Amino acid sequence: MEKQPAIELKNITKRFGKTVIANKNVNLTAYRGEILSILGENGSGKTTLMNMISGIYFPDEGQIFINGEEAVISSPKDAFDYKIGMIHQHFKLVDVFSAAENIVLGIDEGKYNLKNSIGEIKKISEQYGFDLDVEKKIYTMSVSEKQTVEIVKVLYRGADILILDEPTAVLTPQETEKLFSILRSMRDDGKCIIIITHKLHEVLSLSDRVSVLRKGEYVGTVNTAETNEAELTEMMVGKKVNLNIKREEPKNVEDRLIVDNITCVDRLGATILDKVSFTAKSGEILGIAGIAGSGQRELLESIAGLQHLSSGEILYLDAKTGKTENLRDKTPMQIRNMGVRLSFVPEDRLGMGLVGNMDIIDNMMLRSYSRGHSMFLKRRKPKDLAMKIIHDLDVVTPNAFTPVRRLSGGNVQKVLVGREIAASPTVLMVAYPVRGLDINSSYMIYNLLNEQKEKGVAIIFVGEDLDVLVELCDRIMVIGSGRVTGIVDGRTATKEEIGLLMTKSKQEGEDNG
Amino acid sequence: MADTKIQKNHREPFLRVVKRDDMASWKAWLIRCATIVIAFFLTGLLSMAITQKGFADTYDIMFTGVFGRLFEGHTTMLWKYLQEIAILLALALALTPAFKMKFWNCGAEGQALMGGLASIVCMIELGDKLPYGALIAVIAVTSILAGAIWGVLPAIFKAVFNTNETLFTLMMNYIATQIIAYYVYIKGGGSNVINPVDAGNFPSVGSNDYFVNIVIVAVITVVMYIYLKYSKQGYEISVVGESQNTARYIGINVKKVIIRTMVISGALCGITGMLLVAGKDHSININSVGGQGFTAILMSWLGQFNPFIMVVMTAIVVFLRLGVAKVADTSLLNSSFSEIIVGIVILMLVGCEFFIRYSVKFRHNAKEGEV
Repeated sequence: MEKQPAIELKNITKRFGKTVIANKNVNLTAYRGEILSILGENGSGKTTLMNMISGIYFPDEGQIFINGEEAVISSPKDAFDYKIGMIHQHFKLVDVFSAAENIVLGIDEGKYNLKNSIGEIKKISEQYGFDLDVEKKIYTMSVSEKQTVEIVKVLYRGADILILDEPTAVLTPQETEKLFSILRSMRDDGKCIIIITHKLHEVLSLSDRVSVLRKGEYVGTVNTAETNEAELTEMMVGKKVNLNIKREEPKNVEDRLIVDNITCVDRLGATILDKVSFTAKSGEILGIAGIAGSGQRELLESIAGLQHLSSGEILYLDAKTGKTENLRDKTPMQIRNMGVRLSFVPEDRLGMGLVGNMDIIDNMMLRSYSRGHSMFLKRRKPKDLAMKIIHDLDVVTPNAFTPVRRLSGGNVQKVLVGREIAASPTVLMVAYPVRGLDINSSYMIYNLLNEQKEKGVAIIFVGEDLDVLVELCDRIMVIGSGRVTGIVDGRTATKEEIGLLMTKSKQEGEDNG
Repeated sequence: MADTKIQKNHREPFLRVVKRDDMASWKAWLIRCATIVIAFFLTGLLSMAITQKGFADTYDIMFTGVFGRLFEGHTTMLWKYLQEIAILLALALALTPAFKMKFWNCGAEGQALMGGLASIVCMIELGDKLPYGALIAVIAVTSILAGAIWGVLPAIFKAVFNTNETLFTLMMNYIATQIIAYYVYIKGGGSNVINPVDAGNFPSVGSNDYFVNIVIVAVITVVMYIYLKYSKQGYEISVVGESQNTARYIGINVKKVIIRTMVISGALCGITGMLLVAGKDHSININSVGGQGFTAILMSWLGQFNPFIMVVMTAIVVFLRLGVAKVADTSLLNSSFSEIIVGIVILMLVGCEFFIRYSVKFRHNAKEGEV
């Protein structure tokens, strides 16, 4: 059977301002009854391209054809009329509404009839094998359930071209596999599925064809069956890349930070961390895996003195003095004044680790500005440090006086990690340090962490990509719903084993309730 | 090829707003200056249209309204102009640290009135009891305290209960106004006017009554610039304003910074109240600040929280206010006309920021399509 093109892009160009070219002469075609992956590093223009198809941006040049006819998509409503549905990375749902209410929201069909709609929604769910409780409120749902609601929503609106932006970023391996089987059944039903991703193994296991973008330009399209990881990486980066992460045996291992039975309760009384205990050791990378929002952020913030604990102790063993300090209920300032060299690269780089509107020099000062008794700031040392980091880590910036928000994601992270490492820490905590980074910057960060490990720093690494965790970490602690569900050896653990641990406590909780 | 392009372009949206890159700062300033020039011409044209006076006449009246007969050696009006700038600038400076912290202090009006009230109370009650120097010192201390208290109350509620500071500071204005009204009622013997008080007035320098006010504000301008840019406290204000999470992360005590900054902001408003009462009017009424506490909000923003740019912005706005008021005066229009014009000009200045951040693109026309 001849394949019918569902959507064709011809010579699409999109600029932001004069200097940023997000897409340049992109040509690609997606057919009915196939899954097309759009592969590219962060910043390669994948999302911009898809935003033009779904009516959020309008292309500067070029044409879009839907079902062989030229289409003008100047608003998301136009996109709906062309039966295009986009599932964004960040869900756009009303928390206090039920699944069904969210799905019918905004549809103008004269009469609002939730009962009829629920019937239709259930039909769709059965057809493709979704597991959806239509009465359940969004705020009680897991990330994967929310995603299901988003997908059913666009199907309910009659979409037959579905675009999914990084759909697996927040899913466990098991949830990912389930999503893939649903996507395959939709493909077999004749729908056109486009998934945006930068994870190679997912591309290979799911899609029929792969289109690659690099720095906004279209590189080419290959049949998945005829390609491999190395070739795709080369297309994506433009040169051959060694994808192996080195992992040395830990040396001089001794206990550095003992987290003992800590419990943390949020303002609404929900337990975020539930009797968490572990030990971080010098010269070792301890990975922390878990579904997003399982308490990773609160765990690191507790150690950094930013969370109030309802019970438990955090003990720091000072290698120089041999003393043991209790960090519980200390402020970040007090921890620093106690001589504990604790560095922290938080998940929210521009909203917590750095100040976006300040230049690199002023951001260097964040940690050290209060030193000394003078009323005034001393900018000389921070300036030297800024220059050193720009030089050593190849930060791409016009100069040290550029506000950090204007730097690309990778360079922002280099500035932040550079500053935290410059404090010569004994404990280094990093949360999702390579999120949004291109391959080269990611490997630079891995190397920096390995260097620190060799220097005897105790590293705590919260990550989301299980492939990276099992390659980089010496030990991996898995948390689920605020509880430690297992600590495994990074050298022997498998992704599947970690995936099961990630959902373990949730299932137990449901069984008990 | 050209055919398809033209066809397509006809269906493109007619107007699109596109975000610019960060514009070079000289270009941005060029746009701002051009806006000011256009605003000056518009002011003249509107005045001419309403007053039926000629072009040269209108501007002549405006300039004499502001500078008087300066070229003939009469400096009285110039000093008055500088004095008006000083008051508006002082209020803008007072608001700036709060705004930099993203604490929307809309209570400059009330904080200044309370400062003014403290001054007048001291002048009336202690005027014949204390020597001059001691009286001035007491006036200064009480005014600063009164303004600071009016400013710090909303800050404490914000820091402890996370109340909305915009509403809180606005409401405090009404309380201040009513307190003044009550005081004037008592002291004025029911006439709603307090006759100028002789005691505790700021000294004249030469024949110039306003010299002290102007010098004080000039000093505040420089100190504020240094405080915001080079002091540790100024740095903390910036960090808290940009991101409270970052502030917490590096161990800044956010509550302390909010309260401390509002003490400063309120205290400076209190000083302005003192300048108005002890340095200028020697009396008080509910309109003593006259809405300048709100104009100052715009001055602080238009000056991009930079004290020296604020000097320029206030100079322009005060020039228009005085100049147009004079035009209105000679044509039997009332002061509302001057307020309308100042409103339009401020709106233009705010509006030009839109064109600095965004550019508007029209649909490509057929000509462009062929190229």
